[in-house]
Amino acid sequence: MADLDISDVSMSFVDRSGKEHLALDRISLAIEHSEFVCLIGHSGCGKSTLLNIVAGLLTPTEGAIRCAGATITGPGPDRAMVFQSHALLPWMTCVENVYLAVKQAFRGAPQTELMDRAEQALKLVHLDHAINKYPFEISGGMKQRVGIARAFAVQPKVLLLDEPFGALDALTKSSLQDELVRIVEKTRTTVVMVTHDIDEAIFLSDRIVALSNGPAARIGRTWKIETDRPRDRLQLTTDFDSIQYRKEVLEFLYKREPFPEPQNN
Amino acid sequence: MLRQLQQPWVGSVAIFVAFVCVWAWFTAMPSASVSGGDAEYARLAGQSAPGQQASAIPSPWAVALRGWELITHALDRDNPNNLGIAWHLTYSMGRVALGFTLALIVAVPLGFMLGLWPACYRALDPFIQVLRPVSPLAWMPLALYTFRDSTISTIFIIFICAVWPMLISTATGTASVRAEWLNVSRVFGLPRLEHVTRVVFPASVPMILSGMRISIGIAWFVIVAAEMVGAQSGIGYFIWNEWNNLQIASMIVAIVLIGGIGLALDVILKQIGERLSFRE
Repeated sequence: MADLDISDVSMSFVDRSGKEHLALDRISLAIEHSEFVCLIGHSGCGKSTLLNIVAGLLTPTEGAIRCAGATITGPGPDRAMVFQSHALLPWMTCVENVYLAVKQAFRGAPQTELMDRAEQALKLVHLDHAINKYPFEISGGMKQRVGIARAFAVQPKVLLLDEPFGALDALTKSSLQDELVRIVEKTRTTVVMVTHDIDEAIFLSDRIVALSNGPAARIGRTWKIETDRPRDRLQLTTDFDSIQYRKEVLEFLYKREPFPEPQNN
Repeated sequence: MLRQLQQPWVGSVAIFVAFVCVWAWFTAMPSASVSGGDAEYARLAGQSAPGQQASAIPSPWAVALRGWELITHALDRDNPNNLGIAWHLTYSMGRVALGFTLALIVAVPLGFMLGLWPACYRALDPFIQVLRPVSPLAWMPLALYTFRDSTISTIFIIFICAVWPMLISTATGTASVRAEWLNVSRVFGLPRLEHVTRVVFPASVPMILSGMRISIGIAWFVIVAAEMVGAQSGIGYFIWNEWNNLQIASMIVAIVLIGGIGLALDVILKQIGERLSFRE
């Protein structure tokens, strides 16, 4: 049984004038346990919308999503999310931010255990030294580490990442990708990640799912990335398969689904 | 030396000195109103014309002297007609503090509720929009009639003028919490109470505090006028009383003091705001 079963999900929005816009058109996708799937596509194609539907933040107009067999009706502790803008609460220290999430996921557990879990999660992302710091006192990369720690701390079945490294510089980005790979391999968590970075997708994924351009986005193409793990960033640059994937994804994004021209009206 | 001259306070001091010079020059000139035909009238009225040559507006020295007198007698309260200026200011600040606190107690919880339940906000909005632009002084006769007490009436006036900015900014702050924080709350399944106390409230603290800062400014504005109309003490009463006694210098001293205290209140609220608001 798939960990996450997206079946025939459509999503439409009603704009101010009352007109209906179809954003996602009958998306079906089954994601296996401990599979790492990247959703890729042009900005505005609806990949974040799909992720928000999986998170339970949006209700699809049609179709259903099952997480480990149970139909999703809203957010739940079986799914955790890492947001694009770290989304830490600035009035809480790093550990308090993680604790707030842990407390809901393990309701009824003694406080010392919850605190321990929060601290362990921060240690997992090498933030032992920043436990009692406020978000404004740490760098952007560190904030996103806290975001990742918060998501892993609740021990979700499925981890959802919404362009988590989009705002980071290239070096910080690769160190966080390495961190993510390490933790995902350790915890065997199922991951769905939205990105528009092709190299990132090839480095991290078991499968890349490319969406066609919106409106009414569909699944355009998927690639199974069968490069052996652990993957070496440097080696990937010369690896024949990975060059091939890169070429195909690029072709899909720039030839088959070129970025829509801005309309003049 | 040159660098010291470039500091911002140098300009301020220069402006102040220039202002005092111009002021002194104007008040040293014989007043136009008592020259010519008016001098004739003054003589007829039994007054000596030369005595009237000074301007009606006191000179800077006269004001400074009067200021010194008022400050040295600031704590006098030997008889009710001769209350020291510090007492008047204390009465005014006391009324502002009471009215403002009452407004705070009403506005923040109510604003919070309106922010959380948009339907309530929409229902109450027409009333807020109609009452908010009413000059607080328009309430004065009604307040005097209802409460039959000038002190309670002035406190009510302060309440009614301080309540709106706090109410509206609290409601706006509560209703416009950043979507990403609301999403965090939902994704990690915060229960309603925790959502309100740990996310919505801290997120709206900066807005609540800026509402408080606006309110205290307005309250200090309004207290002077309210006390002119319906009080037997306070800085507004003091100014009106000195006007009746034609003590222009006292009025100017009072204006400066009102400005200084208003500034102090604003600075205090600003610092409380900076201390209690989160940093990003």
